[in-house]
Amino acid sequence: MTDKGTVVLGVDPLVIRDHYEIDYHHSYAQDSPFFVGLTKGQLLGSRCTACGYTYATPRAHCMGCGAATSWFALPLTGRVHTFTTCHYGGESFLKETPFTLILVEFDGADTLFLSRLKGLQPDAVRIGLPVVARFAKTPSFKVTDVWFEPAAQG
Amino acid sequence: MTPVYMIGGGITKFAKAHPEKDFRLMVKEAYDYTLHDVPRLSKDMIDGAVGSYFSDHFTRQLKAASMVQDYLGLCPKPSKRVEGGGATGGLCFQSAWEAIASGRMNCCLAFGFETMSRVNTWKGNEFIALASDTNFDFPVGGFYSGYYAMMVQRHMYEFGTTVEQMAMVSIKNHANALYNPYAQKAKRLTIKQVRESPMVATPLTMEDICTMSDGAAVCVLASEELAGKVCDRPVTITGVGSGSDAMRMADRPHGKVILLPHERESDYQHLKYPGVHSFRGGRMAAKLAYEMAGIRNPIEELSFVELHDAYTSSEIQTYEDLGLCRYGEGGRFVESGMPFLPGIDYGLELPKQGRLPVNPSGGLLACGHPVGATGLMQAVFAFWQLQGTIGKHLNNERLQVRNAKRGLIHSHAGTGTYITVSILEAV
Repeated sequence: MTDKGTVVLGVDPLVIRDHYEIDYHHSYAQDSPFFVGLTKGQLLGSRCTACGYTYATPRAHCMGCGAATSWFALPLTGRVHTFTTCHYGGESFLKETPFTLILVEFDGADTLFLSRLKGLQPDAVRIGLPVVARFAKTPSFKVTDVWFEPAAQG
Repeated sequence: MTPVYMIGGGITKFAKAHPEKDFRLMVKEAYDYTLHDVPRLSKDMIDGAVGSYFSDHFTRQLKAASMVQDYLGLCPKPSKRVEGGGATGGLCFQSAWEAIASGRMNCCLAFGFETMSRVNTWKGNEFIALASDTNFDFPVGGFYSGYYAMMVQRHMYEFGTTVEQMAMVSIKNHANALYNPYAQKAKRLTIKQVRESPMVATPLTMEDICTMSDGAAVCVLASEELAGKVCDRPVTITGVGSGSDAMRMADRPHGKVILLPHERESDYQHLKYPGVHSFRGGRMAAKLAYEMAGIRNPIEELSFVELHDAYTSSEIQTYEDLGLCRYGEGGRFVESGMPFLPGIDYGLELPKQGRLPVNPSGGLLACGHPVGATGLMQAVFAFWQLQGTIGKHLNNERLQVRNAKRGLIHSHAGTGTYITVSILEAV
């Protein structure tokens, strides 16, 4: 942890604590407009300029035909395609458990979008539930700047 | 292509932690076991090696396979590392197959290992989740059990698959492992116990999910000439196939099913495929492997299957990808008893028990999943099954599939991003 000394965790065999940490200069590169869009309350998908296939995620080139895509605004409402509530998680997410993950389906998009569902008891989530996108007031420039909540019914 | 044979294999005991052995020594143990088992094979006959381990994060040592190569005394022979997530071991096996099939080598060692105990379980889960899209998937809740839970929720919705059917997979694989001394987590379970174990990601409980392990496995593949010279009972590898899919589950299309020879388009008129309920890459791998091996109807032509059951749900999904039953019938397939072993009391009513044993070894759920070793472990168990030497290697005959002629091994990465299927046959 510090350079003051080595923590010995066991002696036979000899086990020591070994710390490792690093900062990256992480570029979102061609996907950058998506993350900027989140700061403006926009959810940007990709539409193939050749075959018209629509992705609910950023993808600068079409997986099907290879042509360039153009950005389009996804609707801010969709439906739960599938879901789970995580009671455990990777170490950095443990403090957030339980949290609910959903794949969102949108009218007018051929693929889905992974996000968190907030504002609903886990046992009330179901496939087909209408959901609406919410955006962070203070952006962190991560995909978690958007999440979903149940849409008002009717 | 030159015919390819498997002539030897070895595994270390899979365990939560082996702090007394580093990865080099673990591989050495499995390697020495292999050489001891094939006494006419000597080190100078081995032309080169392919090493596999999944995560540089776990190992905290880049190019670790080079350190195994020198530890085994194989320098300066050809060597490389293969990495492909959970399918690392299966890809390594096929890479060694390629070395022989192309005629480049007469004898190739495939070794694999993982040392996952060096971090706590939840940090380990984080490392594994880094094998999902780190811009779009990992930050949302980076957790593979969560991804698989979403897939099976959709499988349940589409096909009526139940958590009790999933629990039956857990009961089967953990009970099989009672007779496998290499396994990490053998036990008797009931459906109630599986469902009442701690919930991890709805609907998956702790007993639906494999554990992290330390372990190593090796396989030796050879040309026909060398196999005949050094091995009394070689096994031939008659088919290899592999497939892939988009890294982000969200990007999977909803199109038409890739059909196997025994299926018709009319079987799947209303199924949107693969969606997130099926593994298109697994189906592709199976199709290619079946074509190479000349298999028309897998359920009739296979003696056993060792498949990548990281989750009970993914075993059910994989029955379908491999064409052991139709898409949507995986839950009923396990309920029928077909994938259980005959002659073992599982405490369940199983009308067709033992028709096609799946994961007789106990699979990943019970053996453990030291990622780089896992796909090779499956090959070693399949090799022993086809040799009829399970009794010799496991010190009991309970898991020996009678009259085993042809086995399938299946290795799987990510949410189905790399998948391999290989077919092995008794000679």
